[in-house]
Amino acid sequence: MYTQALNLHEAMEADDPVRRARFQARVDADEKIEPNDWMPAGYRRTLVRQISQHAHSEVVGMLPEGNWITRAPTLRRKAALLAKVQDEGGHGLYLYAAAETLGVTREELVDQLLAGAAKYSSIFNYPTLTWADIGMIGWLVDGAAIMNQIPLCRCSFGPYARAMIRICKEESFHQRQGYEIVLTLARGTPEQKAMAQDALNRWWWPALMMFGPSDKDSIHSAETMAWKIKRFSNDDLRQKFIDATVPQGRFLGLTFPDPELRFDEGSGHWRHGEIDWEEFKRVVAGNGPCNRERLAARRKAHREGAWVREAALAYAAKRKARRTSGPDVLPVAAE
Amino acid sequence: MAEQPMPLWEVFIRSRNGLAHQHCGSVHAADAEMALHAARDVYTRRGEGLSIWVVPSAAIIASDPADKEVLFEPTASKIYRHPTFYTVPEEVGHM
Repeated sequence: MYTQALNLHEAMEADDPVRRARFQARVDADEKIEPNDWMPAGYRRTLVRQISQHAHSEVVGMLPEGNWITRAPTLRRKAALLAKVQDEGGHGLYLYAAAETLGVTREELVDQLLAGAAKYSSIFNYPTLTWADIGMIGWLVDGAAIMNQIPLCRCSFGPYARAMIRICKEESFHQRQGYEIVLTLARGTPEQKAMAQDALNRWWWPALMMFGPSDKDSIHSAETMAWKIKRFSNDDLRQKFIDATVPQGRFLGLTFPDPELRFDEGSGHWRHGEIDWEEFKRVVAGNGPCNRERLAARRKAHREGAWVREAALAYAAKRKARRTSGPDVLPVAAE
Repeated sequence: MAEQPMPLWEVFIRSRNGLAHQHCGSVHAADAEMALHAARDVYTRRGEGLSIWVVPSAAIIASDPADKEVLFEPTASKIYRHPTFYTVPEEVGHM
């Protein structure tokens, strides 16, 4: 419903100090910015990039988990995993819709993903080798995502904030079901516990990388903070996640693959060792263990769905033509 | 051949608590029937509603944010439209 006036945006957004000041005052007063309101071109661009990356992450995120739907160990686990993967698809759609209110089309966004021009969360380029990985994704990956997403519920852009509120409500089951899987394995046979430990060893560091580069290397932060798109720095969110997660892991009787991890009495925080940013850069640049596989799977799904989209549009066009030409022109039996 | 864009629909849901249909998002679909199906799948996975409306997005006429002052500002000065404008002696009790 917001796309009517889109072509006007370029002209409207010619930098205008008065409008810019009024916009900033509204943001400072914690008012929501809505799609048809004036906004700086950079604000729009940043949001399109961030929301669409977020949407792509939800959609690509269905792949590593989908890998285990047919092999879930019980019917209960299978039903839960299926529901979770459906949720991720739904979250992708809420977010694409929010991005579209800024004047991009769904088709453009999907094309950017398929062409490899758009980014998505680096975490989904890691493989799910065992069932324990499904537990780790729920516990750690969704746990980190929630940490990131809760402040986004108060983001200055209305459609994004509203989508995030809905997503956060649904996401909390994801983390709990993941933790339950890990807990079951941790209390199971020695082999099951070893499987959980192996999965934690592989997922811990990539989960910490989900919060993005360290604050000293983060390029977009100052402006997005002023615009209230972002409310906490990458390192602050990462610290919150570590503080929340380490006690949960200790309760499981598992150990974190970080010899430098220790509780700092003075600050009340868990201190961690150095993150391997080279690995992060490699995966973001397209050279993680599964980048090519993930994109290939998305391209295949899109290609193989093309005839369905075409047929649906052709059928809709045919029905419309019949309605407008009147019921007496075409026989009803041909329906 | 470039793909044809899929039409956009706005989705409204009436929740079980008896309130009016409320806007909850949008979906892309070729026709109204498919839009209803998509809306059901995307927006009612947890029993959120008892009724769904889908409306072609292009059919919605919206007020212009630039007219906000003209449209809504005059009501701000009409405080006598609110019950709190009137004083009722305490002895009278709740009214």
